[in-house]
Amino acid sequence: MAFIDLTSLGKSFGPTTVVRDFDLALGMGEFVSLLGPSGCGKTTVLRMVAGFETPDSGDIRIEGQSQLRLRANQRQIGMVFQSYALFPNLTVAENVAFGLRVAKTAPAAIARRVEEMLDMVGLAALKARYPYQLSGGQQQRVALARAIAPRPRVLLLDEPLSALDAKIRVALRTEIRTIQRQLGITTLFVTHDQEEALSMSDRIVVMNGGRAEQIGTPVEIYNQPATRFVAGFIGTLNVIEGQVGRDGGAYLDCAGGRLPLPDGFGAQAGERLSVAVRPQSLRPVAVEGDGLRGIVRHVEFMGAFTRLHVACGAMTVLVDCFARDLAATVTVGGPIGLTVATDEVLRLSA
Amino acid sequence: MTAKRIGSWAVFILAAVYFLLPLVGTLEFSLRARRGVYSLDAYRNVLGDPQFQQTLAYSLILSVATVVLGVLIVAPTAFWVRLKMPRLRPVVEFITLLPLVIPPIIIVFGYIRLFNTASILPLTGSSRGTDFLLAAGYATLSLPYMYRAIDTGLRAIDVRTLTEAAQSLGAGWVTVLARVILPNIAVAILSGAFLTFAIVIGEYVIAALLNRPAFGPYMVWMGSNRAYEPAALAVIAFGMTWASMAVIQFLARRTRFTKV
Repeated sequence: MAFIDLTSLGKSFGPTTVVRDFDLALGMGEFVSLLGPSGCGKTTVLRMVAGFETPDSGDIRIEGQSQLRLRANQRQIGMVFQSYALFPNLTVAENVAFGLRVAKTAPAAIARRVEEMLDMVGLAALKARYPYQLSGGQQQRVALARAIAPRPRVLLLDEPLSALDAKIRVALRTEIRTIQRQLGITTLFVTHDQEEALSMSDRIVVMNGGRAEQIGTPVEIYNQPATRFVAGFIGTLNVIEGQVGRDGGAYLDCAGGRLPLPDGFGAQAGERLSVAVRPQSLRPVAVEGDGLRGIVRHVEFMGAFTRLHVACGAMTVLVDCFARDLAATVTVGGPIGLTVATDEVLRLSA
Repeated sequence: MTAKRIGSWAVFILAAVYFLLPLVGTLEFSLRARRGVYSLDAYRNVLGDPQFQQTLAYSLILSVATVVLGVLIVAPTAFWVRLKMPRLRPVVEFITLLPLVIPPIIIVFGYIRLFNTASILPLTGSSRGTDFLLAAGYATLSLPYMYRAIDTGLRAIDVRTLTEAAQSLGAGWVTVLARVILPNIAVAILSGAFLTFAIVIGEYVIAALLNRPAFGPYMVWMGSNRAYEPAALAVIAFGMTWASMAVIQFLARRTRFTKV
């Protein structure tokens, strides 16, 4: 039995269906991210788990117990908000102690737990400060300590990093993951940032239009996107359409040339097919031979790599290559050949 | 100095004269109780009058009761409307404005008809009951000011997220209101409280018709029976109102948990 079981969850606001037929099972201590664009329903799922929204259909079970009849304050679920939501009238220590005070914990135990939590997030020295005296990163650390202090069964993180600047975001996501592993707390994390989801999660749920498009480990989601949407949402991707042909091995006849397909791709000759190729899987080669051919339209220096925009017929393909792989002959307006290893061609189901 | 600057100063001076001249006139008149010289005799007479002390004390106690009653009615209502029924806000705002268009005499006659000694709830039959009616009447009169003050306070904080954060930490509605929402709108409540205080101190109609020993009827009685004392009383009442405003400003600046 899963620790958290979300079955057939559905939610509409007026005529708009926000979440439909949503199923997810989380194991104890697992860190699962709900990833998707704005309006895909990820925050609504989180708010239903927290008890702030009531599902129109389906069930939410934690340790086998349905939560639907419990109010938000009875569910023992900690939550961290995007806007920190620290109580402005309370100091850092009082904020962290809030949940413990509500639970009528003994004062000595509260003091010990607050110390422990503030040590954990490295803010023990700032316990007497008010929220307005802290930076965004510090406020979010306090919010995390406050959510964890009453020992909740589940931790919900609603885009906790999106209001922070890039450097703090990266540092804090490592910190959150370390603390989560240390405490072994089951965590549901909402984000629209694929890098955050890929780097932090045990599993990712990619959501679109209120449904789970794909559920898998970060490696699975990145390397084997199940749908065109997932492929497009996770990382940069070239979607190439064409007709399957056979000449010894299978290939995709598309604008710009022939793309060899791996064995067991399951495509029939003559079938129209969409495949996906990541920009870093394409290699610039001499114009002769198999592969795609095109014209270099634009060269972008991206720091760690260089991105080529190559026009293959009506389609533009992105190619990422390191400086050492980049042929000296690549010039804007000049021809270029591109190859890809067959095992890096991804099949898209929809 | 540019013409625009001169114009601004002219408007400012004109407005200052418009507001201050009657005050200066009243102050000057209140000092003329002794023929030929300025004196504080009128103030001495007023402050030494036992009725002044009794009626002021009564109105002060009643203003505290009114503020408590007003906060108990308005704060949960404004909080709930903002959190759960934002569409009803215009309706609630309209209702809270009604005391501005319905004269107090209508309210007090309504009370007398509903709660007279022959009714099921004969509140006018006892002093305490009538005091409660008076506090209820004052709370009604102060509704437009109290609601706006509290609603403005609620607008300044993220009510929904703070409420949800407190709930996720196990807090029920009473704890959310008492320990999260009210402390964060304390300055707004205070400004509503002082406006209420100003209304209670000067109100005449309800107190007179309910026959209670309040400060408003005392001021009217003084006005119709004495010459210089009413002016002194007006200056004292004005001073109390301004002192209230100063206290609001002082407390707002001293609030530790917000930036000034």
